Amino acid sequence: MNVIYTDNNATTRVADEVIEEMLPFFGGFYGNPSSMHTFGDRVGKKIRQARQKVADLIHADPDEIIFTSCGTESDNSAIFSALNAHPEKKQIITSNVEHPAVLNLFKYLRDKKGYDVVLVPVDKKGHLDLDLLYGSLSDDTAVVSLMWANNETGVIFPISEIAKKVTEKGILFHTDAVQAAGKIPIDVSVAHVDMLSLSGHKVHAPKGIGVLYVKKGIKFFPYLIGGHQEKGRRGGTENTVSIIGLGKACELAAQHLPIMNTQVKELRDYLQNQLLEKIPGVSVNGDLENRLPNTLSIGFDAVEGESILLMLDKEGICASSGSACTSGSLDPSHVLMAMEVPFKSAHGTIRFSLSHYNTKEEMDHIVKTMVSAIETLRAMSPFWKDGKLV
Amino acid sequence: MWEYTDKVKDHFMHPRNVGELKDANAVGETGSLNCGDALKLFLKVDENERIVDASFMTFGCASAVASSSALTEIIKGMTLDEAAKVTNGDIADYLGGLPKEKMHCSVMGKSALQKAIADYRGIQIMEKPGEMVCECFEVTDLEIIDAVKANGLETTEDVTNYLKAGGGCGKCLDRIEEVIASVKAEG
Repeated sequence: MNVIYTDNNATTRVADEVIEEMLPFFGGFYGNPSSMHTFGDRVGKKIRQARQKVADLIHADPDEIIFTSCGTESDNSAIFSALNAHPEKKQIITSNVEHPAVLNLFKYLRDKKGYDVVLVPVDKKGHLDLDLLYGSLSDDTAVVSLMWANNETGVIFPISEIAKKVTEKGILFHTDAVQAAGKIPIDVSVAHVDMLSLSGHKVHAPKGIGVLYVKKGIKFFPYLIGGHQEKGRRGGTENTVSIIGLGKACELAAQHLPIMNTQVKELRDYLQNQLLEKIPGVSVNGDLENRLPNTLSIGFDAVEGESILLMLDKEGICASSGSACTSGSLDPSHVLMAMEVPFKSAHGTIRFSLSHYNTKEEMDHIVKTMVSAIETLRAMSPFWKDGKLV
Repeated sequence: MWEYTDKVKDHFMHPRNVGELKDANAVGETGSLNCGDALKLFLKVDENERIVDASFMTFGCASAVASSSALTEIIKGMTLDEAAKVTNGDIADYLGGLPKEKMHCSVMGKSALQKAIADYRGIQIMEKPGEMVCECFEVTDLEIIDAVKANGLETTEDVTNYLKAGGGCGKCLDRIEEVIASVKAEG
């Protein structure tokens, strides 16, 4: 069965060019980049090139790039470093729609370490309450951590504007840019962010590789203490193969950025408009304008997400849901709840996240499958009668 | 992804007895749009109190649909007295088992069946007797005690899997633990 992959905010296909770049380093070129011999430095040289390519994607200096094992490690490292830099400060700020890699860490710091945590709420469109955020900043604030773009809805926060105001007050600012990277331009040379997290597998590199950008001049306290790797900022022998793959992936991501906002966005909009046109009782979650060009979070009244996903799965279509049943929790996603998306559509929310590999034919097949799936499920739903919610 | 049995998948993709039963003379409803699943069960009962037909309408995940479908197949042909003895475990067994996190789908089936039987017999089931424990999913202490006894539940996680109680904000988890302890103390 052909797979139609529209779950790119979950993970992405490793690009063929990335695989090709990595293959020799799985085999013959197994040297340690730290070694004092040409064989090891053959890998060392590729890593230096990769570091440059990663830096180029976000307009950073290669010295500002630290390779980690994943986005979560990057987020945790950044936040713990900020707390170590200011042990006397006891307030930390984030939003209530963050990825668990940040949100659950903040809850841990609140419950187990006694930090005063401010969770900045969002409105119905998914926009931050900036007045509350700015009003919360104080001499006691150790760090502000906010995602660049939301994984579920694609809503983009005005990170540069926020980071400027936060850092002007001498407060450290971290952003989880895992979903933004490769989808919208990121330029740390003008964005005022002190630290920024990236993840390889969201940009067509393999899983198990992440990046933490730390701006020059910002004091960094390592999270993994060990050898001299990454200039003493992250111990542990480098994941050489994945770093080399990530370098190639970032080079490709920079090349593909323009088509994200044209070709991919057009496909996303086509899918969205077709679903809105052909199915009644449908609503799109989040701000339609300030949104990642590849992401569509769309709710279907009176049906449940897991059921929809299984009907899509039967046709080889991969997507995600914001519903409770798929994750094992019982409430719909914390992001949809924070945005006060009504239960009638929150339980039936599906996230389609596209990449440049998708085609219009695939979108047509998704629309056809969705029309039939929603019709079938509504025919058995006690909350849908005569073409409307009851 | 959930590990559903082939029977669950079959009853989800090809549910039996879907839709409103026009000449139903007993109806049982449980769940809500907010909770994320709901079941409306229709029964046609003859003068000998035998269920001659049954159908359902369900909003929910694959295991909710499959549990509803299985329930209608199980009870067709039973007398009301026989049907009253059907447990949530019978529904899960019919489907070759459910993932433990989805056992509440079978409990929903049993609950709708009890309400339909009561509806036919004209018995007013007192809405949610007992003390409210879980506000998120509106589950009382008596319901928890019943489920703990019927299914030999041991932990708060078990209770959440079977009744959803404690699966929302989590504020009632301590109270659920007390209820489980009280059942154990009784022996």
